[in-house]
Amino acid sequence: MRFSFTEEQRQMRDALRSSLTESCPSGRVRAAWKTPDAALRIELAEQGILAINLPEDAGGLGLGAQDWVLLAEELGLVAAPVNLIETLATNPTLAAIGALDLASQVGTGAEFVALEEPGGFALDADKAAGILAVRDGRVGWLRDATLIAETSVDGTRRPFKVDGRFEAVDADATDLLDRAALVAAAELVGLSRRMLDLAVEYSKSRRQFGKPIGSFQAVQHHLVDALQRIAFAAPAVYRAAWSVDTNHPNRSVHVSMAKVYASEAALFTGRKALQVHGAIGYTFEYDLHMWMKRAWTLSSAWGDVRHHTDRVGQFVMSGGQDA
Amino acid sequence: MDLEFSDSEKRFRDEARAWLEANVPRTPLKSGDSREGFAEHVVWEKKLHAARWSVVSWPAKYGGRDASLVEWLIFEEEYYRSGAPIRVTQNGIFLLAPTIFEFGTEEQKERILPAMSSAERLWAQAWSEPEAGSDLASVRSHAERVDGGWKVYGQKTWTTRGAFCDGIYGLFRTDPNSERHKGLTYLLVDLNQPGVTVRPVERIDGDESFAEVFLDGAFVPDTNVLGGVNQGWKVAMSTTSSERGLSLRSPGRFMKAADRLVDLYQRRPDPGLRDRVTRAWMDAQLYRLYTFQTVTRMIEGGEIGADSSLNKIFWSEMDIRLTETALELLGPDAELLGGSPHAVDDGDWMLDFEFALAGPIYAGTNEVQRNIVAGRVLDLPR
Repeated sequence: MRFSFTEEQRQMRDALRSSLTESCPSGRVRAAWKTPDAALRIELAEQGILAINLPEDAGGLGLGAQDWVLLAEELGLVAAPVNLIETLATNPTLAAIGALDLASQVGTGAEFVALEEPGGFALDADKAAGILAVRDGRVGWLRDATLIAETSVDGTRRPFKVDGRFEAVDADATDLLDRAALVAAAELVGLSRRMLDLAVEYSKSRRQFGKPIGSFQAVQHHLVDALQRIAFAAPAVYRAAWSVDTNHPNRSVHVSMAKVYASEAALFTGRKALQVHGAIGYTFEYDLHMWMKRAWTLSSAWGDVRHHTDRVGQFVMSGGQDA
Repeated sequence: MDLEFSDSEKRFRDEARAWLEANVPRTPLKSGDSREGFAEHVVWEKKLHAARWSVVSWPAKYGGRDASLVEWLIFEEEYYRSGAPIRVTQNGIFLLAPTIFEFGTEEQKERILPAMSSAERLWAQAWSEPEAGSDLASVRSHAERVDGGWKVYGQKTWTTRGAFCDGIYGLFRTDPNSERHKGLTYLLVDLNQPGVTVRPVERIDGDESFAEVFLDGAFVPDTNVLGGVNQGWKVAMSTTSSERGLSLRSPGRFMKAADRLVDLYQRRPDPGLRDRVTRAWMDAQLYRLYTFQTVTRMIEGGEIGADSSLNKIFWSEMDIRLTETALELLGPDAELLGGSPHAVDDGDWMLDFEFALAGPIYAGTNEVQRNIVAGRVLDLPR
């Protein structure tokens, strides 16, 4: 029993953190609301991140979820305007169906494979080399797809309602969707951490009644409650990464727990951060809303709290044991 | 990351499970917080000790098995899973003992620990006073220097199982000119002596396990000063962080409670409460994950620190949600106590709920825990 990341995994996280601190300030996120940030995918590809979970014969690093989960968290921390979920989720699927050429193109950032969320949308489907979807429990391509552009509350997201001729492939749908939910959960933890940081810093500098508002217990306890939810969501996410890598028989239950707690942590932290900021947090000019809106979208995407709680419930109520 | 248990950890679990299955009393003992039940529990504690299961993580020379922290958590899971009696020794073995291991002299370790692990001498904690609850540094009990030790005066209160235990540990002002955190000393006080009056106080669940302890010149030898004169605050803080952090409420307790709740749901299904039952199960699992993460950090050289406060907030509030859910499943039967003809599960859920309500109060109120996290983790201004 050893529940911690390796030194290498932490170093990869630290390296990405320092590069994103430089390259992806909030102004870049804001700019992506107006113009999609195509360069960011290339920058991530250059750091090997888009190919991290591709096999070596597709130009990848052959690493697993335990290696990318902290990186996804870092991208959430800066609210990076990039579709990492689709890529990390579909990479192993592309490898499994032998689409190695396409996979290696995704790894270099030259191509993008979209993934339709069941019952929802496919982001950037207009720029995709292909659209993967899950229909009736099977994975397949949507060929000759028609796209209807939608508008998201998060201006960096470009969702499309898609339909097309479904061409099934031989890949595991549950594992594919579990990976998507896990990336989302990791990003949500990162988003939460930054929203809490913003609120903590603000509470130390903003003065009312002659004191920093962060000295008032009512404010402190909002922030502590958010910290607690984040601190407890993180191990659920990290455990799910291990379970995915090891094909644990209960990996779907573990992914669902990760998504539930990460979604709730992000929604809760967003509300508390907004409350602590007061009216300034409610302005478009201040950064907080960009993080909140990403949290809103990712918490409902790839299975919301209700969906994933229900999936765990089916396991528990049918006598499932997980100790 | 390796979340599988090692072969030796699995063998440890198997051995613990087999012993518990063969030895846990078939019929539940009376409440360990009542006088009669306490005596039955001490008999059980002696049996645990005889098989060397009473303090698995301690060194063998004090009655333990030198088990790792992970093995200790495994033992706790198996202990609760088996339905074994509550540990009436817990405030000694889990809260006083870690402090003795850290601050005690060799003489103190050899004198106190074996008698603690064998349940020969049982210990109660005596932190609170009438005027010192959350504000522990305002203790008024004091000690006066006499030949060979100290005479102690004052009143301690809410001393759990104080009416049945042999000794208490707490803070006493040894420097009359000191204030607040300074000038306090951590003393171990024998309750079986002149100058000690213990008065039981009935709790809301009807048990007499609270006590007020009145001290009027009781003697404490120098050998019962733990960690040095006027060093008491530092020593006490080490106890309170182990209490909140790991040892007081191990995950096994809540995993068992969640399994019982799922079982109750299956007997009395109510689709409107299904998600809440599921959530209670998930919360117990989450607490387990968080604990294994903390234990790994400690094994790798880190400390619990103020994280233990987050821990305490989590389990205490989880326990209330869990037991509230059970009472909702029971509906009109929720109010029935044990012995009542239609009581479900012998009325245990109401008792569990009542006990859960104490969680956010004891071991430092959750408000104080939030203040600690705000100051030490988030670095917020005072």
